[in-house]
Amino acid sequence: MPDNDRTLLTKAQMAEGVAALAKSICAANQGAESIALVGIFTRGVPLAQRIAAAIMKLGGMKVHFGTIDITQYRDDLNTFQMVAKLEGSDIDFDLDDINVVLCDEVIFTGRSVRAALDELLNFGRPKRVQLAVLVDRCGREFPVQPDFSALKVTLAPGERVAVRFEEVDGQDACTVQTQASTR
Amino acid sequence: MTPRKDLLDIASLTDEEIAFVLDNAVPFKDLFKRSVKKVPTLKGQTMLTLFYEPSTRTRSSFEVAASRLSADVTHFDIESSSVVKGESVLDTVETLEAMRVDYIVVRHKQSGTPNLIAKNTRASVINAGDGWHAHPTQALLDAFTLREIHKDLRGCRALIVGDIQHSRVARSTSLIFRRLGMNVAYLAPGSMMPREVPQEIPQFGNWRDAFDWKPDVIYLLRVQSERLDEPFFPTAAEYHKNYGLTNERVEILRERGLHLMHPGPVNRGVEITDTGMNYEKCLINQQVENGIAVRMSVLYWLRPGAVE
Repeated sequence: MPDNDRTLLTKAQMAEGVAALAKSICAANQGAESIALVGIFTRGVPLAQRIAAAIMKLGGMKVHFGTIDITQYRDDLNTFQMVAKLEGSDIDFDLDDINVVLCDEVIFTGRSVRAALDELLNFGRPKRVQLAVLVDRCGREFPVQPDFSALKVTLAPGERVAVRFEEVDGQDACTVQTQASTR
Repeated sequence: MTPRKDLLDIASLTDEEIAFVLDNAVPFKDLFKRSVKKVPTLKGQTMLTLFYEPSTRTRSSFEVAASRLSADVTHFDIESSSVVKGESVLDTVETLEAMRVDYIVVRHKQSGTPNLIAKNTRASVINAGDGWHAHPTQALLDAFTLREIHKDLRGCRALIVGDIQHSRVARSTSLIFRRLGMNVAYLAPGSMMPREVPQEIPQFGNWRDAFDWKPDVIYLLRVQSERLDEPFFPTAAEYHKNYGLTNERVEILRERGLHLMHPGPVNRGVEITDTGMNYEKCLINQQVENGIAVRMSVLYWLRPGAVE
């Protein structure tokens, strides 16, 4: 971790956060036969996997798992210098009439979630869509709010929340980077 | 991956760029299984098809690809335009430039025309076939189709059959196959065999020798019917008997489990028979479907105005 990064959540706190999210999601969806956890690429995917595993442990409902690639739905696609490799969305279950929880590691402006909703609805008509994030960073540019979050923070402009997952990055970490360290 | 402005041929692509286009075509193809087969990637952009030669499938394949990316699609009608009144290609390009189209898909009988257009427009230019030179999206879709069957194409053997000398498909497709580590051989009558063939490409004059080479896939080229009956060219019946995929040859393919490809449209009874078309390892329909996915991937990668 670069010197000027400061920790937001330790590895243990991240695990507690995931467990708490799973509990809240179960409570909010009580009575539902099944639920779908859908992760937004890249780091919403390991978050969704972890929450799904925790919900399955708690028992009581069937858990579906899917992924959403929002690259082509971004409103700033043309401004990128590079063209991104596409992962493709993968939702291999019937989305109609079930409760879906979209998962992303951080919500900030709300633009990613807007894009994810557009892509999600191409697969069907869910009964209800909720949003779970590990970190809710204030500063929305769209009227989109998370239903479940493990941590809420307000940061200065130029600061950035960096969440790392072992599955993707080789380690669990949740830090705030200042502009100098984000390069 | 860095975007490019134009796609003019396979030769100018790096291995990484070829892999990038082929890899991204996979999620585009997955899209076709959904009820909504559309993504907003090119919303607000315009693709124009400029075909100086007739085309059935390539043009509509590009049009479907662009529509599925939410681009607006328009066709520049050569027949009823000032081109027939003598307007030069560059005058036409200037007109299109003023219309601010973003992508121009061009087919022309003169090799190099797409390059000339590309130099004179901000729009991304995609070569949809120029003379005997190149047909890069056909090559990409052929490679993509084979890659669905053999995950690693290295060492896979393709026999390309037909009028190789006059075929831009043969040129581009053999090039991409070899770039992906495949072995390529040609089977053609002498009058249809190019004069200069790279040393690594074996040349055969009959099916028996070609089958002895043990190909994994047979790639039939379309016989350009206007060429049949020209001096030095066989008649349709002669061609079929000696170089076409007769029913007996389909049986050999079946016994050996070989795949069959053709860029379309086919001349039934010349290069292929009804039996060949119904052969269970005939990939022609997959090639058509994959053409849309690959062209979506190309449109996604190219960027109008990108500095080359």
